[in-house]
Amino acid sequence: MDSRSRHSCLHPATLPGPSGLAYADAMMVVETPPQATHQAVHFADGLVLDCGVRLGRLAVAYRTYGRLNPERSNAVLVCHALTGDQYVAEAHPLTGKPGWWEAVVGPGRPVDTDRFFVISANVLGGCMGSTGPPSPKDEQPESGRILPWGTDFPPVTIRDMVRAQKRLVEQLGIERLFAVLGGSMGGMQVLEWAALYPESVFAAVPIATAAYHTAQNIAFHEVGRQAIFADPDWAGGRYWEQGKVPARGLAVARMTAHITYLSEQALTRKFGRRLRSGPSLTLFDDLFEVESYLRHQGSTFVTRFDANSYLSITRAMDFFDLAAEHGGDIARAFAGSKTRFCVISFSSDWLFPTAQSRAIARALNQAAANVSFVEVESDKGHDAFLLDEPDFHRTLAGFLSGSATLLGLS
Amino acid sequence: MNAVPPKGVRYVAKNMRLDLRLIAGMIAPRSRVLDIGCGDGALIAHLTREIGCDARGIEIDMAAVADAVAHGLAVMHGDADTDLAHYPDQAFDYVVLSRTLQAVERPREVLRQMLRIGARAVVSFPNFGHWLVRWQLLRTGRMPLTPAWDRPWYETPNIHPCTIRDFFALCRDEGYRIEQWLAADEAGRRAPWRRSVRLANLFGEQALFVLHRTA
Repeated sequence: MDSRSRHSCLHPATLPGPSGLAYADAMMVVETPPQATHQAVHFADGLVLDCGVRLGRLAVAYRTYGRLNPERSNAVLVCHALTGDQYVAEAHPLTGKPGWWEAVVGPGRPVDTDRFFVISANVLGGCMGSTGPPSPKDEQPESGRILPWGTDFPPVTIRDMVRAQKRLVEQLGIERLFAVLGGSMGGMQVLEWAALYPESVFAAVPIATAAYHTAQNIAFHEVGRQAIFADPDWAGGRYWEQGKVPARGLAVARMTAHITYLSEQALTRKFGRRLRSGPSLTLFDDLFEVESYLRHQGSTFVTRFDANSYLSITRAMDFFDLAAEHGGDIARAFAGSKTRFCVISFSSDWLFPTAQSRAIARALNQAAANVSFVEVESDKGHDAFLLDEPDFHRTLAGFLSGSATLLGLS
Repeated sequence: MNAVPPKGVRYVAKNMRLDLRLIAGMIAPRSRVLDIGCGDGALIAHLTREIGCDARGIEIDMAAVADAVAHGLAVMHGDADTDLAHYPDQAFDYVVLSRTLQAVERPREVLRQMLRIGARAVVSFPNFGHWLVRWQLLRTGRMPLTPAWDRPWYETPNIHPCTIRDFFALCRDEGYRIEQWLAADEAGRRAPWRRSVRLANLFGEQALFVLHRTA
């Protein structure tokens, strides 16, 4: 999950609302889905999903940074969160904003692209070029326009996403990744990688994540989904027929989710009870600064994200339960693992609290795996993993560097 | 499980405490080691980088954990009293508890866990039987303050002080075999009272034991 805007809260809200419904209408500015061409690998043999459905065609959109060494041993896979994508360390083609993890990935950064070959792929079910709800359906009518999957897109799991990434990594000629890392949903993928392909992962860094989605996590996602369903422009998932997008619903989903990415301290520090204008009591204007911030987050999100993808990916997260996949015991997922793990959490993250990371670390202990576990002191909430957190960066850099030394990487 | 010796040593504990040097000397090369209360990881850095051990640590102080991990060491935030239960039986060749036994909530249980998850336990602790401790208590009637016991009673983390003789008694009660033991001064220099437990208990400022679980 990310706050791509890097908390550009001081910008005036793009869409101040005069009143009730009119305000909501004003938020809906996007009429066509975002378009851009993305670098991708296409697999003609498709992919069999956990749900049993075979996707006839599989596209995996990706970006790479740095250079693969001749031994092909310095590859690092970065897994993105719910609303992230493959544009980790470069300007985003749709928004023009900096890559979502430029603080962490780049020359001289903790994930040093002078040293490592960094790969990032858009997840299966996503909307930045990998196969997902906006992609063309396998079976198309004889004539007429090309139909997207939309809500007919089969349900995907975190494990499906990882299988798709494995195809890409193999296609790039890499047998074993030096490291797999990611935060939030990216961390779920890291855990799944280590469980599914232990021989292919030398080091794994699950950050601000959990081995399963809690009832609270699912509950917040459900509020977001209901907001999308409640938008008449969602049109039962067939909004592309009218060339519209359910911008109101998707924006509200984003606003709700965004609150869960921040801590109470962070909101207080950034906004407190500050007012945007005079203290006149109005019902519908965005009176408080925190309101305009959230509205801005919501309205910019809809310009780059597909509503059906949001439904698909939130479902995949909700379904995720590593223990359930391994007979009710997370430790079994990692039995005999030679992978070195570094589990990192943030003290003020209440969405994926430290207790969840500790449970992962303990399960790894139970499996006698090599594990480091650090809770980084931060008041920035779940989003801390995306932000400037020197202790986090120092820890990550040290772990990767130590692991590289063990592997004999120069 | 043995770690490959590193090619470039980036972090060597040059000023490793002398008592840690004594402990390091008791550990066979290339073994699997868990250091409980590892601090900044000086001992595991030494074991990993100098003698090729697969050495890991648990530390309760988060800042120290972050430091250790940032130096490439396998350290996790955890508590000796609660986290040892999560390791499988016989996962390590040695489990080290250096100057921490007196500070845990349930020392006997921690020792049991150490010898469950490891073949051997290496334990060091400050000796409350040292003559200066006894003398201060006798002379002033107040809690002693010595180089080894340097915090007032109301803020010391050392809630379970014991003497060398107490520890011998505990090992006997629990059926642990003592493979090696020695007494040392505060700096960790070996003290020459190995022939008599009573003399060691009087003149040793700290003690170091290697225990083995009797089958």
